[in-house]
Amino acid sequence: MATIYIDGTAYQANAGENLLEAILSQHLDLPYFCWHPSMGSIGACRQCAIITYANEEDTRGRLGMACMTSVADGMRLSVQAPLAKNFRSTVIEWLMENHPHDCPVCEEGGECHLQDMTVMTGHSMRRYRGTKRTWKNQNLGPFIGHEMNRCITCYRCVRFYDEYAGGTDLAAFGSRGRMYFGRFEDGTLESEFAGNLVEVCPTGVFTDKPFAKSYSRKWDLQSAPSVCVGCAVGCNVFPAERYGELKRVTNRYHGELNGYFLCDRGRFGSHFVNHEKRIKHAGVRTQNGEFEFGDLKNAITVAGATLARGGIGIGSPRASFENNFALRELVGEENFCAGVDDTELAIIKTALDVMSRGGINVPTLKQVEEADAILILGEDISNTAARVALSVRQAVRTKSFEMAADANIPTWQDAGVRGHAQSERNALFIATPASTRLDDIATQTTSGSISELVATGEAIWTKLRTQSDDADDFASVVARVLRGAKAPLIISGSSLDSVELVQTAANIGSALQEQSVESFFLFIPAEVNSVGVALLDGGLSLSSALDKIAQGQSTIVLENDLYVRASAEKVDRALRSSELVVLDTLENRTAEHAKVIFPAATYAEQTGTFVNYESRAQRFYQVFQPQNEIMAGWSWLNQLAEVLKISTRWDSYADLLEQCAEQTYPQLRDIAPSSDYRIDATSRIPRQSHRYSGRTAMNAQVNIHEPKAAIDTDTPFSYSMEGQNPGNQNGASIPYVWSPGWNSNQSVFKFQQEVAGKLAGGDPGLRLLEPNGAKLEYFSIGAPTKSREAGSFELVPVHLVFGSDEMSNKSWPIRARIPALFVLLSQADAEALNIEQGNGVRIEGISESFAIRVDSRLPDGVLGVPRALVELTHYENRRVRLSVDPNFVERPGIDPEVIAKG
Amino acid sequence: MSLQDTKPLIGRVEEVGGIVSLSDYESGGGYTAAQKAVQHMTPVEVIDLVREANLRGRGGAGFPTGVKWGFAKGEPQTPGYKYLVCNGDEMEPGTFKDRYLIEFNPHSLIEGMILGAYAIGAEKAYVFLRGEYHEPNRQLARAIAEASEKNYLGNSIFGSDFNLDLRIHLSGGRYICGEETALLNALEGKRGQPRYKPPFPPASGAWGRPTIVNNVETLCNVPAIVRNGAQWYQDLGLTEDSGTKIYGISGRVNKPGLWELPMGTPIRELVDIHAGGMCNGFKLRGILPGGASTDYLVEEHFDLPMDYKTIQDAGSRMGTGTMILMDDSICPVDMARNLQHFFAQESCGFCTPCREGLPWVEQLLADIENGDGETGDLELLEQSALYIGAPGNTFCLHATGAIEPLQSALKYFREDFEYHIKHKRCPYREN
Repeated sequence: MATIYIDGTAYQANAGENLLEAILSQHLDLPYFCWHPSMGSIGACRQCAIITYANEEDTRGRLGMACMTSVADGMRLSVQAPLAKNFRSTVIEWLMENHPHDCPVCEEGGECHLQDMTVMTGHSMRRYRGTKRTWKNQNLGPFIGHEMNRCITCYRCVRFYDEYAGGTDLAAFGSRGRMYFGRFEDGTLESEFAGNLVEVCPTGVFTDKPFAKSYSRKWDLQSAPSVCVGCAVGCNVFPAERYGELKRVTNRYHGELNGYFLCDRGRFGSHFVNHEKRIKHAGVRTQNGEFEFGDLKNAITVAGATLARGGIGIGSPRASFENNFALRELVGEENFCAGVDDTELAIIKTALDVMSRGGINVPTLKQVEEADAILILGEDISNTAARVALSVRQAVRTKSFEMAADANIPTWQDAGVRGHAQSERNALFIATPASTRLDDIATQTTSGSISELVATGEAIWTKLRTQSDDADDFASVVARVLRGAKAPLIISGSSLDSVELVQTAANIGSALQEQSVESFFLFIPAEVNSVGVALLDGGLSLSSALDKIAQGQSTIVLENDLYVRASAEKVDRALRSSELVVLDTLENRTAEHAKVIFPAATYAEQTGTFVNYESRAQRFYQVFQPQNEIMAGWSWLNQLAEVLKISTRWDSYADLLEQCAEQTYPQLRDIAPSSDYRIDATSRIPRQSHRYSGRTAMNAQVNIHEPKAAIDTDTPFSYSMEGQNPGNQNGASIPYVWSPGWNSNQSVFKFQQEVAGKLAGGDPGLRLLEPNGAKLEYFSIGAPTKSREAGSFELVPVHLVFGSDEMSNKSWPIRARIPALFVLLSQADAEALNIEQGNGVRIEGISESFAIRVDSRLPDGVLGVPRALVELTHYENRRVRLSVDPNFVERPGIDPEVIAKG
Repeated sequence: MSLQDTKPLIGRVEEVGGIVSLSDYESGGGYTAAQKAVQHMTPVEVIDLVREANLRGRGGAGFPTGVKWGFAKGEPQTPGYKYLVCNGDEMEPGTFKDRYLIEFNPHSLIEGMILGAYAIGAEKAYVFLRGEYHEPNRQLARAIAEASEKNYLGNSIFGSDFNLDLRIHLSGGRYICGEETALLNALEGKRGQPRYKPPFPPASGAWGRPTIVNNVETLCNVPAIVRNGAQWYQDLGLTEDSGTKIYGISGRVNKPGLWELPMGTPIRELVDIHAGGMCNGFKLRGILPGGASTDYLVEEHFDLPMDYKTIQDAGSRMGTGTMILMDDSICPVDMARNLQHFFAQESCGFCTPCREGLPWVEQLLADIENGDGETGDLELLEQSALYIGAPGNTFCLHATGAIEPLQSALKYFREDFEYHIKHKRCPYREN
């Protein structure tokens, strides 16, 4: 620690950080643009000017940039000195020469960092007499709006997109006062992290396009802390609502997980909440096969009668922990099924077993970024858990920080660090069936069919154990590097449907542990609550459940479409034979079989808990009250419990949580504040901003009287603007970030203990699994079966960040990014079939045609087929035959529904 | 007594009467310095000799070359780990000395680079050459081929274990690429924008490796220093700065051109004798002594010797030593506008004051020149000059250099600016 004197007052600062970070960490105000807490300093905007003094006698000082000055003990500086203030105001005046005066019609208005900084510096009168520079904007695709006239040339966009996230299709063009930030030509931004440009851009150049189509000012949005439902990472998000519509999702800072960035599935994948096919009323199917709505009581009665003879309850990895728990209570543990495919459940349980024994550490994403050697076994993380891939991209950079330290270049001096290290990186080994979007930073990659990848894993394990790793083959190199690393990380997941793959990944971790290497194991489950539902599992597998259902046992399905879990054939057989009660958010194929249907709340409309890949339980809160008859799953289940006369009941969320915590994990009580938590002992935390407008009038077309604000008995939040959001409250209870003078998301530093550190009130969530110290036995893995067979292809699932997730696939902006059906083939196989990229093939047994994409890494004899775009049945029979489709016409990936909406 | 004894840079060119070929160069003692150094001197001895000779960087900053080389000395981590880069970008307005040296005496540059590379332990060297320098490029490429054939370049030079691979990189053509770190970025194939210092190039330069960047004229001095010794070199200068300097003059003089003269030759001697005096009917009003990015010198300074310290003490910089003369027919406002147009256009666009401040300054000057100036414009210009020009306010020194002629014009020719604003017209224009 160092002591620095800011305008005469002593403060503590971290040696090694820069003055801007030190000043902001004290929650003092100092304008800036180009510096970013995750991306460091480049000194481009010259906005954070301060005066530094040589010593106590020095009264004149010297103007310099806080972001480019290292903290030194005893340093004296002034933020308030007139020269510094005048200079900062002049920088704004320069930026305003060309910045349009379009704030009233700009999407950024009201949460614009440039607006805030302009007000903060006091610049208000225009002296520049020239005309404003103008630009042609680009169509950057369905996610991102582009308005270059607003650009202030801070370079944050390209630094994030290219340098931080590894994108290649956004660049800085031109020079002097004619800098242009865009693509070489119009077209969709390719990176799955493009959405972060919206938050990284300090003004309105890059904006949230879907949000702009149904727009509200930030101050008119209602929001609450929530958790992204796009995958199992559990990134913290702020979904925001107005007029009963989910308007957008923005990043909610979590120091250990997502930090400042989300992936685009998370940011743009939530519009399913507004889907026209939402189930809005409870309905009972009548004789004519149609649902009859409007008689809620009858629906409950019929559903109760259906389940009275004892029913199977099928839970869901996309339903909250509490909802699954309530279902388990309703049907009894022996009748509760997690609702996950048998193999997938076995994989998750294997991983949880490894995690709970200990010895191998489960990393947070922050720890991922500190790993110095990484092996990715099987999982295409850019598509299955994109946010992890972004962290891996940072991890390989840690070497550059070490090199920079040797050359006395501070870590925050971003261009200097990158320029010095050039392409030197930490080791990253990728063993996947096909190429991945991390291959560009990989030390070495290898490809294989699933069984071959398992064999690769086993080879690494063997080499580790026998320490015979001095050869140059992939396995030896990986073993050698992992063994020599300080914090090696092994990443695997469930996406290839292989238990052995995860077992061999765990074996590698155990072998490292045996050799006293502190290693990390990151298992990537498929869905937001895959881990949670597996922890509740009582042993009834999905296939057994389907068998029982097929024998006529009545069933209740919670927020699950069984057709994405098992082959259509099996599900059809089961559901046709029994009476079915469905609780779900959207119409789907399972609901088509329902006798009774109940409208369930989405994550934005209820409070609950999701358990992420690291077993971190995180609370998500109701953002807005659902309309029509929509209610949280647990609330419907409680009503069913009443008619079924089940003794345990949960009349409120607090009730449910208490029972759930008592019977499962007591930590659930402590992961977030309870409903009686108050700020300063009296205030609730407001979901609406202090400037929320229209409260007295927004329902005037229905009723001219202002409705009474709803009372929230489940949470410490209010459905109003009254209350306090001070910044230092429990970190799990921040409904939005906003601070006086800081209307934009940049205000998050006022909620942090220090810049880019923990939230002032702690980072949210607690792990449910704590290592018990039991020694992990090696999994014994049988010899791999030979997978190659002439004349047919081994099918491997290909996962798509846009296209392989059930719910985000129903979000209209994501739909616009889902590609037309394709398969991956190796070059040699394509040549053997005498076809090339763009031609079409048919797969035996599937009616649709597939476009050919040649993958440079896919082994011969292996066919990559996108998950969720074709029936699951086809993955079960792993061998398929191909034929060329001579009449194939390539279709664009955008579906008509989206074109209509856009 | 050879011309080279007093004119180590272009004496041989004058003796030969044109381009110095390899044989001309060799017969004038060429490559003996490189041979002597490589065979009989340690790298540190070469560095010490250059330091002792007090050779200062001829690119404009005047940093002692031996000291700079010393920053990069020491054993390289791996062979070929360090780089020597010759800055031949020469885009400073009014400056054409390096072009002359490369075109007419390319082997002196090559020999200088052999010595520099040997001194710092570089095995790879680049000449970053201005894109428009087609003829110098041709001559240098030819000379490199000749030198390689003679094994002055390549592996095991002079039978030693010293190797040097020398290459030309032709610039894409931006003024800022003459700034050494922007040059390195451009050399690496990146955007030509400056880097923050530290790290300085000797610590982390091209591709993150120790790199020395020297101007063409600087390197061309080195062979003679190695041949004739430090004392001889020091004695060449008339003032405390050593050696000779290529001075140049452009403007309304009778004989514009460039001349190699002892360091410290007085300005008036340069104008009146070497440049043949002002053209008839024109009076000298101001001088930009070392390119467009230096402060004006006026009448009171014309008797000063042109050396680094004297010109700095007079409030300007010797810069490249190639002067632009402003006579009394030229409107100082228009000249300022013209200069600011150049600098605004050549801004790399990285930092705000330079990117946005300079175009505004240019626009104010255009308004004043065109009779649209307003009361308060001069104060605005002065404030802009202060905020844009103070070193440290901008990312690199491009804008600082841009402001130097402006702030000195406001100081020395203020009545011209005031006249334009008051009378809403330029008095230098007809009608």
